[in-house]
Parts: sequence; structure tokens; C-alpha cells
Amino acid sequence: MRGQAGLRETLLLCGAALPARHQEMLGRGWRRRLPALALVAAAVALYAFGLVVLDISPARIAGGAGRLFDIARLMLPPDPQSWARAQLYLGALGQTLAIAFLGTLGAAVLGCPFGFLAARNVVANRLLHLLARRSLDTVRSIDTLIWALIWINVVGLGPFAGALAIMTSDFAALGKLTSEAIEAADPKPVDGVLSVGGSRLHAVRFGILPQVLPVFASQILYFFESNTRSATIIGIVGAGGIGLQLSEQIRVLEWQQVSFLILMVLITVAVIDSLSQRLRTAIIGRRG
Amino acid sequence: MTRLVRVPSDEQLAPLLCAYREAAAAKRRQLLLGGGLVGIALALSAVGAEVQPATLWNKIGNFTSYFDRLLTLDSGARVWTDPHEWFWGLARWSRLLGETALIAYVATTTGAAVAIIAAAPASRNLMRHAWVRFVVRRSLEFCRTVPDIVFALIFVAAFGLGALAGVLAMTLHTAGTLGKLFTEVAENIDMRPVEGIASTGGSWLAQVRFGAMPQVLSNLASYILLRFEINVRGATVIGIVGAGGIGEDLIVAIRKFFYSDVSAILLMIVATVMLIDMLSARVRHRLLATETQR
Repeated sequence: MRGQAGLRETLLLCGAALPARHQEMLGRGWRRRLPALALVAAAVALYAFGLVVLDISPARIAGGAGRLFDIARLMLPPDPQSWARAQLYLGALGQTLAIAFLGTLGAAVLGCPFGFLAARNVVANRLLHLLARRSLDTVRSIDTLIWALIWINVVGLGPFAGALAIMTSDFAALGKLTSEAIEAADPKPVDGVLSVGGSRLHAVRFGILPQVLPVFASQILYFFESNTRSATIIGIVGAGGIGLQLSEQIRVLEWQQVSFLILMVLITVAVIDSLSQRLRTAIIGRRG
Repeated sequence: MTRLVRVPSDEQLAPLLCAYREAAAAKRRQLLLGGGLVGIALALSAVGAEVQPATLWNKIGNFTSYFDRLLTLDSGARVWTDPHEWFWGLARWSRLLGETALIAYVATTTGAAVAIIAAAPASRNLMRHAWVRFVVRRSLEFCRTVPDIVFALIFVAAFGLGALAGVLAMTLHTAGTLGKLFTEVAENIDMRPVEGIASTGGSWLAQVRFGAMPQVLSNLASYILLRFEINVRGATVIGIVGAGGIGEDLIVAIRKFFYSDVSAILLMIVATVMLIDMLSARVRHRLLATETQR
């Protein structure tokens, strides 16, 4: 009879022979771990190098943390100090939302055709497809804030420049995502449309578009969410919205107003997130 | 004599056709309603954002001529005729770009470490106390919602000008975003290995390390790399508020109308960002490949 105790005794009898027998399972050996270890060592070394180059030391962190603590204490409680200021901030918040909405809508209108152009299964011309993709990548790798600085030179300071900046940087990101969604689309509906004598345009309209549209719609909603965040900072360079007030109040060290503004942004973003979540499930649920 | 009989007959077909028309009309109504709502929102926000199509139309020439000026040297020649003059600050800008990439790297790794530590107590299956979950999740949400530039503005006031403020700001933001993703990853794991370790008397730490970690490692790595790409982009502008990196030189060049400098710096930023994107995309694809092999 070999119960639990029997097994235990057998194992103990084996002693050192057991690990030796299953060496490849127990110890994987230094040789096989070496590449991973080298990678980790390189990452740590780069990290240490970064700390030195960027002049980050515990003393500096500790000193700043003390000041940060003071600032945090000065921030409480959040207080706009007067009703007129609160109204001003509410107006700026509305402007931020308007910038985000306009930017997203413009990006969607521009990004959709570019997405089709950059998709391999729609545009057969390799050169055109490559060109579209590269230009989207170039536009995408420049941050929204830099686009805002450029647009300010064109249309002047104000929220309009902000909306244009968000539109420019997001249409590239949306175009890329759309092109990926289009390339991932099932080719069978396209074959079906073509087989009954539809033109290529028909194939795109009835074969691909219905598959891509829900993905596209939910992407747009995601972008609207993230754009409300971007729109809050775009004012820092003078392109309208609540960021202008925020950077102004930080500059004059009015911490209570700063925390009030941040609180407003947090609440707005939370509301928009939950709204767009609902809308997204409505869209995907209806199609699915 | 043959006679054409339509099956189904018109009377049988009538209710179906009626239902079809009804459904089509309902869909059209929905579309009109949605379109109308979007239209109203568009009009409202156009007023709010002070949209002036006329200004845009009149000044769109500025946009093209701006790029024209970007590609012109002070001497009036095209930039590519004299690359040496165009990239006169190559050494300085390369150093600043290296600093920018380092800011992104240090911030991403630190933020990821914080996120990994925070994800376990924030996920429903690894932490049983609801109040701990609530506290951790709300703090992650706070870090995620406040943009890194806003953190940077505040940190510049506390830590002084320089890269430290930028690194800390990006670290906080990264911890917030990655923490949420990691929590979702951790909640989707197979719980059987974790239960196995728990049943042999493993501690909570051992359960996380040997039960949960091996399942999520490649997923975590690819999320971290994605975040690194985003942070490189973010680090190029964080200098605008004085928190280190190439952004400071860029904004000075833009504000002072040093056109050829702007184009040179922008080109270098685009090249760096694309290079890092490409490298990290390659690593991510390899990670995915090892994932499917398993």
C-alpha cells in the first residue's frame, strides 16, 4: 500500500538523486538565463546612467517633496474665491469641451478617407499606400502641443488654433487605427460583392464599411475622451480653454484656485468617460 | 397552359413589406436624430471655440508659407543647400534628444514598477479587501486623469526647473495609465495556478509571483513598451514648461521665429520618435510571437 506517507518516504530516500534526475526542469542553468540576465543588467545600467545624467538624487527629491507637501497643504480647500472667477472657469471649461469636440469631429472626417488610403487591401498601389502611411506617421510623431504652437502662428492665439491642433495630430492617429481595422476586416463580404458584379467602390461601401464603422465609432469616442484631456493642457501654450487659466494660476501661485481648476477637470473627464462608455456599449451592442 | 403564380402572394407579403418599411424608417429616424444632435453640438462648440472659417480661409496661406519659411535659411537659401548651416546645433540638439529619451525611459520604468506594485492590490481576484481596492483604484485614476504637463507645471514649482520635475510628472501619469491596464490584465488571468500555490500554503506574495506573474509578463512588457513610445512623444514637449528635454529649445525657436532651427529640431524629433516606435514595435511583435508559441 502506497499512501501519502509512502510517497514522502520514497522521495526522502531518493535525496540528492531526485534534483539530479530532473535537472532540466529544476535548474534551467546559467547558460540559458544569460541573455535575459544581460538584458536586465543593461536596463538597470541605463536607468542608473539616466539618474546621473538627469541629475536626480535622493537629496533633491527629498527637498522638493517637502515643498510639494507645503503646496498640497496650500491647495486645500479648493476655492475659486469669487463667483465671477468660478463663472470664468466654467466658461473656459466649456471652451475646452468645444475644442475637444471640434478637434475630434474634424479628425474623424479627415482620418476616415486617409485610413482607407493607407489600407493595403483597399489601395492596391504599393507606392500610394506607403506614402499615405509614412505621412500619417510623420504627422503623428509631432505632439499636439507643437501643432498648437504652429497653428497659433497661422490663425492667431485662441481656441480655434487649439481645435485645429487636435484635429491635425489626431487625424493621423485615427487614420492609422482605421487602416489597421480595415486590413483586419473579413475579406469574404468583399468577395461576395465582387462576385455578384459590384464595382470596387461597392465592395468598399457594402463589404468593408459595415465591418469597420462600429470600430471606427468606438475609436472616435475613445479619442473624444482623450482629447478632453489634451484640450485641458493646450491652453498652456495659448490655444484657449481651461489650460490657460490653469497655467496662469500656477504661475501666480494661487494654489487654491489651481486645485479648484484641477477638480473641475477631474469631474468633467469622469462625466465624459461614463457618458462615452454608455454610448460605446450602445453602438457595439446594437451592431453585435 | 401555364400560369405564373407568385409565392408568397401579395397578401402574404404585405405585412412583411410593411414591417420592413417600418424598420427602415426607424433606422432613418435614428440616424436623423443622431445627426441632428451632432449638428447642434457642432454649432454650439463652433461658437464656443470661436471658429472663424473666414480667418482660416484667408490665412491658410500662412500655413503653407509657414512651412516655406521653415525650409528657408536666414540667408534666404533653401535649407538643404547647406545642411551644415541648417543643423548648426546638431551636437546640442542630439544631447537634448538623448536627454528626452532618457526622461521617457526613467519615467516609464519607474512608473511601470509603481504600476505593477499597485495592480495586485487593485485587482478583484488578488485583493479581498474592498476598501484597499477602492483607495488604490481612485489614486490611480487621479494620476491618470491629470495630464503629465499639469503635474510638470506643479513639480517645476516644487522641485525647480529641470529634468527631475519632468521625470516625476511622467512617472505619476505612467503609473496611473499602466496601473489601470495591469489591473485589467491581472483580473483576466487563469486563477487555477494561483489557487494551486495557495493550496500548498504559499504566501500572498508567492501566489502573485509564481501564480500570476508568469501568465502576464509578456502582456505587461508590451504595454510598457507602448507607454514608452507615448512617453517619448510626451517628453519632447514637457520642456515647454521648463521640465527638461528638447521642448525648451523648440519653443524658444518657435517663439523667436528661428525658422530653420524649428524645422531642424522637428525633423530630429520625428526621426527619433519613428526610430523608437519601429524598434519597440519589432520587440512587441516578437513578444507576441513567444506568447502564441506557449
